[in-house]
Amino acid sequence: MVASEKIENTKEINVENIPAMNTQTWKERLASYKRTPGSLAVMVMVLLASCITIAALLFLLIYILANGIPYLNADLFSWTYTSENVSVVPALINTVLMAGISLLLAVPFGIGSAIYLVEYAKKGNKLVKLVRVTAETLTGIPSIVYGLFGMLFFVTALHWKFSILAGGCTLAIMVLPIILRTTEEALIAVPDSFREGSFGLGAGKLRTIFKIILPSAVPGILSGIILSTGRIVGETAALIYTAGTVAAIPKDLFSSGRTLAVHMYVLSNEGLHVNQAYATAVVLLVLVILINALSSFLAKKIQKV
Amino acid sequence: MAKYKEKVMEIVFLLAACVSILAVALICAFLFANGVPAMKEIGFADFLLGKEWRPGNDIYGIFPMILGSIYVTAGAIVIGVPVGLLTAVFMAKYCPAGLYKVIKPGVELLAGIPSVVYGFFGMVVIVPFIRGYIGGNGSSILSASVLLGLMILPTIISQSEASIRAVPESYYEGSLALGATHERSVFCAVLPAAKSGILAGIILGVGRAIGETMAVIMVAGNQAVMPQGILKGIRTLTANIVLEMGYAQGLHREALIATGVVLFVFILIINISFSVVKMRGERN
Repeated sequence: MVASEKIENTKEINVENIPAMNTQTWKERLASYKRTPGSLAVMVMVLLASCITIAALLFLLIYILANGIPYLNADLFSWTYTSENVSVVPALINTVLMAGISLLLAVPFGIGSAIYLVEYAKKGNKLVKLVRVTAETLTGIPSIVYGLFGMLFFVTALHWKFSILAGGCTLAIMVLPIILRTTEEALIAVPDSFREGSFGLGAGKLRTIFKIILPSAVPGILSGIILSTGRIVGETAALIYTAGTVAAIPKDLFSSGRTLAVHMYVLSNEGLHVNQAYATAVVLLVLVILINALSSFLAKKIQKV
Repeated sequence: MAKYKEKVMEIVFLLAACVSILAVALICAFLFANGVPAMKEIGFADFLLGKEWRPGNDIYGIFPMILGSIYVTAGAIVIGVPVGLLTAVFMAKYCPAGLYKVIKPGVELLAGIPSVVYGFFGMVVIVPFIRGYIGGNGSSILSASVLLGLMILPTIISQSEASIRAVPESYYEGSLALGATHERSVFCAVLPAAKSGILAGIILGVGRAIGETMAVIMVAGNQAVMPQGILKGIRTLTANIVLEMGYAQGLHREALIATGVVLFVFILIINISFSVVKMRGERN
């Protein structure tokens, strides 16, 4: 009844508004499952698998939060690290520093190279293909291989020792393809009419890029940057042999410092402070959840635009 | 002046684009230059197929670690692929819109959880569980497989879901119209059409499982011996590097870098097969 009214109102018949003929009630569906036990079995398996996935996620989150939150106390957040209080504050500061250094390096290069790929390169350009292939390769390389490379190149060949600069550079290479890809997608999503309008008003290519295209691509680029931050925060294997594991706030760029994830690894490896390890895991999880939420919030904003 | 600026900036962007090429070239150069001589010194066959790893006696055979990586990855696939694929089917074809809004971010969160947190979870939950209810001392191939299976879930789910959604709705509707049930339509008409995307997701998952380091170290036991059973400990290629790099020197250190080279080659092969599968899927 409601559907038919709608059709009258809209005049043009919209197929979406016609009620589907094949919708079944639960009773009909159960009856049909009785006739086809194979389908029933498959459906049960599908439901079971989804329940396993959701249950695993919930169990992990709840288990760690429940065991860790009671141990979130002032000791854990004292300004300096001692082997008594195993404070997370230096590690937190190092994490922020590390994210800052890596993003400072990776973002300009990532955005610049995306601009070249989208705005300058001609179709079928060999260089573009090579950049795509190498970026894909970089995406697939496991973090321990980055760690090895960072150790061989930044730490040994450039004599930077274990330092947050070496760690930051290693991570910058690691997140470069993420920023490149998300920026590229954001730039492609900018309608061509924007470019044509800008050119039509007499603006040059450079002005068009910086005044018209980049501002409309900002949410996409930001969500890529946040995604990268998430990777940096969670990274361990690439940092152990590049940034080292000293639990202190570094004096300068060339001193060693452990990030929160490395701190977490060291804590759980020592096995002396299991409760604090839980609490550290809570801090790490909350950080990652916040970063994730921010990223998907921005992603939704792009879809709206 | 303006023309000049335009040209300069174009070159700046071009140089930025070359950074990823430079990075891959540097990574290859440094890894191979440091790893291959060690392989030569040890002997390629002795290094790759040697069954003993005893750095103290200058015996460097990484075959146990290669097997270890393959075993835990295979285990992760056996556990992760069915669950992941079926979850993807649920999300694409069963899930009510309201529930989807909760599950989708959940899967994204699963992908975002750092590997140390997974490792810690494995250490305090999975290892004691297997020690208590199944046997062995807990740190085993089985624990590592379960944990890695969980870790590759988001990769497999999001890839499979995307490729299932990319199948034209007419496939499903046509099958329904012929009298097939919902399940038969999804599994016999839609899934085969999404095959290459799903396969690409599985290959990505393999890459993630083989390259995973910290989580595996925390649950796999790390004995550098040939695998002796699903409830016995194992060491993977990645674990080998992290565990010994801290104190290794001379040939030992180079042998560890060579381990990294082997891992790198594994990953390159996986990457190439991923692009081949993806390209073939796009062509169809």
